[in-house]
Amino acid sequence: MKILTLNFLTCAVKACKSSAASYPLHPQEVELAKDEMEYNPQAMLNFLLRLDWAALRMTATELGFATLPEEMPTAEDLQQDELKMRQLHELLLETHVVSGKLVCGNCGHEYGIKEGIANFLLPSHLV
Amino acid sequence: MKESMKDINGKGDFLIRFGQAHESFRLAEIEALARIAGVELEVVSYSPSVKKTSINSSSQTPFTHVRLPSVSSAKQIISRSILAQSVHELWGQGDSLSLLHDDVRKSSSHLFARYEQATFRFSVDSFQGSRTKKEQVDLINGFSFVGFEGPIRMKDPEETFTIFEEWEFDPYRTSSRQEGGKGKKSNAVINRSSSTEPKKLYLGRLISHSSRYLITQFDLKKRAYISTTSMDAELALVTANVSLAAPGKLFYDPFVGTGGFPLAAANFGALVFGSDIDGRALRGTAGWTGGTLKPEERCLRGNFEQYGLKGRLGDVWVADLANSPVRTGRGERWLDGIICDPPYGVREGLRILGHRNPPADPSPQVDENGVEKHKKPDFIPPKRPYSFHLMLHDILQFSFATLVDSGRLSFWMPTANDDDLEIPVPSHPGMHVVSVCTQPFNKWSRRLITYRRRSALEMEGETLRKDFEEYMAQMDEARRKERDVREGGGRQADELNPFRKAYFSTERRRIVEEARETMTPALGKLEFKYPDLAGTALESRGEEKSLYAEVLNYVNYVVLYYLYKIERVVVVMDGGRVAEDESPREDLAAKEDSSLAKLLAEERAVGSLKEK
Repeated sequence: MKILTLNFLTCAVKACKSSAASYPLHPQEVELAKDEMEYNPQAMLNFLLRLDWAALRMTATELGFATLPEEMPTAEDLQQDELKMRQLHELLLETHVVSGKLVCGNCGHEYGIKEGIANFLLPSHLV
Repeated sequence: MKESMKDINGKGDFLIRFGQAHESFRLAEIEALARIAGVELEVVSYSPSVKKTSINSSSQTPFTHVRLPSVSSAKQIISRSILAQSVHELWGQGDSLSLLHDDVRKSSSHLFARYEQATFRFSVDSFQGSRTKKEQVDLINGFSFVGFEGPIRMKDPEETFTIFEEWEFDPYRTSSRQEGGKGKKSNAVINRSSSTEPKKLYLGRLISHSSRYLITQFDLKKRAYISTTSMDAELALVTANVSLAAPGKLFYDPFVGTGGFPLAAANFGALVFGSDIDGRALRGTAGWTGGTLKPEERCLRGNFEQYGLKGRLGDVWVADLANSPVRTGRGERWLDGIICDPPYGVREGLRILGHRNPPADPSPQVDENGVEKHKKPDFIPPKRPYSFHLMLHDILQFSFATLVDSGRLSFWMPTANDDDLEIPVPSHPGMHVVSVCTQPFNKWSRRLITYRRRSALEMEGETLRKDFEEYMAQMDEARRKERDVREGGGRQADELNPFRKAYFSTERRRIVEEARETMTPALGKLEFKYPDLAGTALESRGEEKSLYAEVLNYVNYVVLYYLYKIERVVVVMDGGRVAEDESPREDLAAKEDSSLAKLLAEERAVGSLKEK
């Protein structure tokens, strides 16, 4: 599971949706890997604006990556700074969680990740 | 006669030549491609779409006259099309050859000089008609007035000119070659209808071929990993086009299966995501393969690798759309497109997370050692049947909550052809219906419905807010009803699924009746359709008193065969995949334990056989 995807997902439990603590999910006991992805700066500019930057910073910090700037860089910044762009590409798209778990900060439910695929199916008492 | 081909706005006239399939999808695809290209498309002439119930639409013209700003825009649009074959700069048209000649002279003579020295070729494309070589040459020579001096190249010419002919549909037409006297089909000539000339002709200069070749490239037969419900390549690609998949866009399929739709969207440049309630589909431990691939290649990711599209595969995860982890109502909406063919519970039950009979105690279940069951690694969460209507609502509501403004949702939905049983296009106040395309089969159809997410600006105003409130109240009511049905013991898939119910109640009754009719003579006079079957059985026993039992066996066999016919229809409905072997006998054994046998058991249970 890519760092990018973590930014788009939260706890699957309905009661957690309204709680700020449920997002982002906290990765724990993770094994990370890197896979090359198509570098497409145009595509990145398209979706960077849709990221929750604060959540991304939190995820990156928890995974032990160098802290991201507090403010999301603007499109103009990035267009002029290919290095920054490539760093973001590497973090968001190339780095992924191979195994581990994602923990909800609200209900504490743990979602397992195996072979890079997270399982968000809930037991019936949480549905 | 048409006005000059180049109108005052500087727009050009073009002729799109479509392939002969999926007529009701054509305009939806072309209009979507024009939108992707950011180009204004004007459809000048297109015959009305075929009746939705008609499978035989061979008389539908494959020629569409459109107006576009430029040659490059025509190329941009059609080069991505799956349903078109090619696009041509329209040099003239007419209801007869001489009128076509006149129109070309009148409308396009200013173009003649431009191609005077180019290498070129002429060809003839006759729709519902055919021309002998000699007739073709005569037709082509009729255009010598264009005065081209460049060399003729049959292979890779700089310019290709095509004479298009549209003939009236005539099942008895034979080419003039046959008429000319090999004698073989001379009787057909007698039946020949009056049309000896095409009803419409066009001359066009080839601008671009389409992406039809992708249908072969993405053919399911060559794909490493597919399932019985994989959408055929052509319609998956069309779905991606209609939903505006393009470079840099984020696409998601909540019922991803083996990834057919995301593959198509990724092919057009999108970064794709998918999820499925069945994790086996993603990991590749389900489904079957046609090749000799290793297990690790036989999975959704393997498919992306096979087509060199791994760089555009965002992520896949295991989840239920009714309990989705995708963030909504927080931060920006992030998806540009949602495409899917949801499970309609015809073949496989439509299911979501939860218990069929929720236990009174809502706390986690524990095993005999006091360990919470859901924390064990091999835990499989229980699932329960779900309502067809509520799932459609879930899809619409999810799309509304996650799509960016003007983002598109395209999903497939089956419906019966019978007007009484037709299921209406689902509506949502925040989702505008862009197009409804229908693929008709004999007794049912499936539709590709495309919506556009309305913008916040559009949604302002009292009326819409009211619509919203009403809609939400309706859905709450539907949810209550669903719970009542469920808790009232109505847990059969049919009760939650109007399509399944409608389809099976009429179709099964019809087929079982047909089976009974076939059986009657067998019961009465032992005139078996398959004498060897009954004969062998009787001789081997050598006892007369088992005769009735054998007849009953045979009757069961016939019923099973007809039920198998239903099953086949259902297979097609679920994903366009049909078993090659139609032999009922072999399938008897093979299908013994399958749902077919269950169907038979059900039939027996209702006593339909006891009457005899």
